[in-house]
Amino acid sequence: MTSRLAMHAALIMLAMLASAHAQQQTLAIGEVAPGVFMHQGRIALMSSDNDGAIANIGVVIGEQAVAVIDTGGSVREGRQLLAAIRAHTDKPIRYVINTHGHPDHMFGNAAFVAEGTEFVGHVRLPQALAVRGQYYVDAFRRSMGDALIDDVRIVPPTRLVDGELVLDLGGRTLVVKAWPTAHSDSDVTVFDTVTKTLFAGDLVFLRHIPVLDGSIQAWLKLLDDLAALPANRVVPGHGPVSAWPQALAAERRYLETLASDIRSDVTDGRPIAAAAEHAAAAERDKWELFDDYNARNATAAYSQFEWE
Amino acid sequence: MPGFALRSVYAAILLSAVLSLHSVSAAGPEPYDPWPGLVQDIFDSRAMDDGSNLIALEMPTRAEDAAIVPVTLRLKLTSDARSRVVSITLVIDQNPAPMAAKFKLGADANVSEISTRVRINNYTNVHAVAETSDGKLHVVQTYVKASGGCSAPAAKNAEEAKNRLGQMRYRQFARPQNEGSSSTREAQVMVGHPNNSGLQMDQVSQLYIPALYVDRLQLWQDDSPVLSVEGGISISEDPNIRFTYVSNGAKTFRAEAKDTDGHQFSHEWKVDGSGM
Repeated sequence: MTSRLAMHAALIMLAMLASAHAQQQTLAIGEVAPGVFMHQGRIALMSSDNDGAIANIGVVIGEQAVAVIDTGGSVREGRQLLAAIRAHTDKPIRYVINTHGHPDHMFGNAAFVAEGTEFVGHVRLPQALAVRGQYYVDAFRRSMGDALIDDVRIVPPTRLVDGELVLDLGGRTLVVKAWPTAHSDSDVTVFDTVTKTLFAGDLVFLRHIPVLDGSIQAWLKLLDDLAALPANRVVPGHGPVSAWPQALAAERRYLETLASDIRSDVTDGRPIAAAAEHAAAAERDKWELFDDYNARNATAAYSQFEWE
Repeated sequence: MPGFALRSVYAAILLSAVLSLHSVSAAGPEPYDPWPGLVQDIFDSRAMDDGSNLIALEMPTRAEDAAIVPVTLRLKLTSDARSRVVSITLVIDQNPAPMAAKFKLGADANVSEISTRVRINNYTNVHAVAETSDGKLHVVQTYVKASGGCSAPAAKNAEEAKNRLGQMRYRQFARPQNEGSSSTREAQVMVGHPNNSGLQMDQVSQLYIPALYVDRLQLWQDDSPVLSVEGGISISEDPNIRFTYVSNGAKTFRAEAKDTDGHQFSHEWKVDGSGM
């Protein structure tokens, strides 16, 4: 009895030491379908307090290999994700798929650079990272701090997707699909054919206000094609795992409201700064981080509708 | 032996200097104030007085979209002023190319307001320097916080920007009836152009993406100059300028633009004489 207690105490000590050593070494991931895991990011802005861990991350484990879908907002988060995967499986991580080039989805890439690991991304992702990568690293130093940012490397894709690419993990295939410019100019989705789970990246937002860094018209147009994908559930870029395609309804309503408000601002000749203050006001209570992104979405949308 | 010890002391000092330099440039909110150097480079160290009685510089306190930050310059000049504003230079201190634009105001156009859109790379002071016909400089300034999130001062849709290259649009806005004289007009000229900065390296080819931007835009009513803009890479993609001026009764409005590759774009529109 005493020896069991002592062993218990020793084990607890060991666990405490381990966690103190690595400041919580594994990222929380939950199984949303057999062999399919996700980490649900916090609905927040990237900061030194949250390790940049604000985006959802996916992990799919096949019979032979593992695919990681996005790597998080810091190398620290990436390493904790790697540790979480290793707690489930020893199989090699053959693919790291970046759903697009935003920092919260790819600042963790450096944690996965290894022989035999391919980085998969949209055919336009290398260009997006070339023009934005260094800017992101510099800009996020302010909110994230040196300790998190010093490790970040911009790791461009080694395998490009133009149209569709099928990845074989052994016993299951993933379909990576490249989309036209919508949320950003380099969005891909990942579909697990076995469990019919769709990893939508930032083409789908729930709870977190949608963020426009591409084309609002094209994004709205693309929603029907997206809805037609034969998925049972979606892991959005931000927000909870949800039923498909019902998960699209809130985002569609927001984008349509914004588009219609901005169209009439442009038609009426209301200046861009005024439009940014008032557009989509009806949506304010329906989203988190509304005041952090809505004016920006409105500004971007305005500059696009002016050319219609 | 003492020499060795001394060397390691030097090394330690050097190292700490490098480290502190690094931390200042990396984490400090404003690493240094570039404005004195900019006054020297752009304005030949000429004296400037406070311009707040002459012009207003309006920008949002935070750049919402780093690639599209609205700027409005409003002239406060009353009709009894002896000297008129001949040009306004817009400087974004912390941008890679701080001199964003120089607006030259047509002598007979009575331009009273100019709005455009700029890129903001960092937390920065922004200065507007007005030159009056007596040769004096007058400065106003504001402060803009950089955008957060995944916003970047780069193209959102490079393909579409390329397709728009050289397209020009003109629009005249309705004026509130009791504002200004009946010949006051508010109009907008847009030039489709990617306005590439040329500061980014292509990670595949390791070559710099060449700069390509509109460096001159000139606007006329008939043959009388309204406004000319010398622009740089701090001006947003698809340069867009909205302005208020006084019509001389002209029947046409003309715009000519030139970019750094020597492309020339020009367009002429019929003016709505009613002022709408």
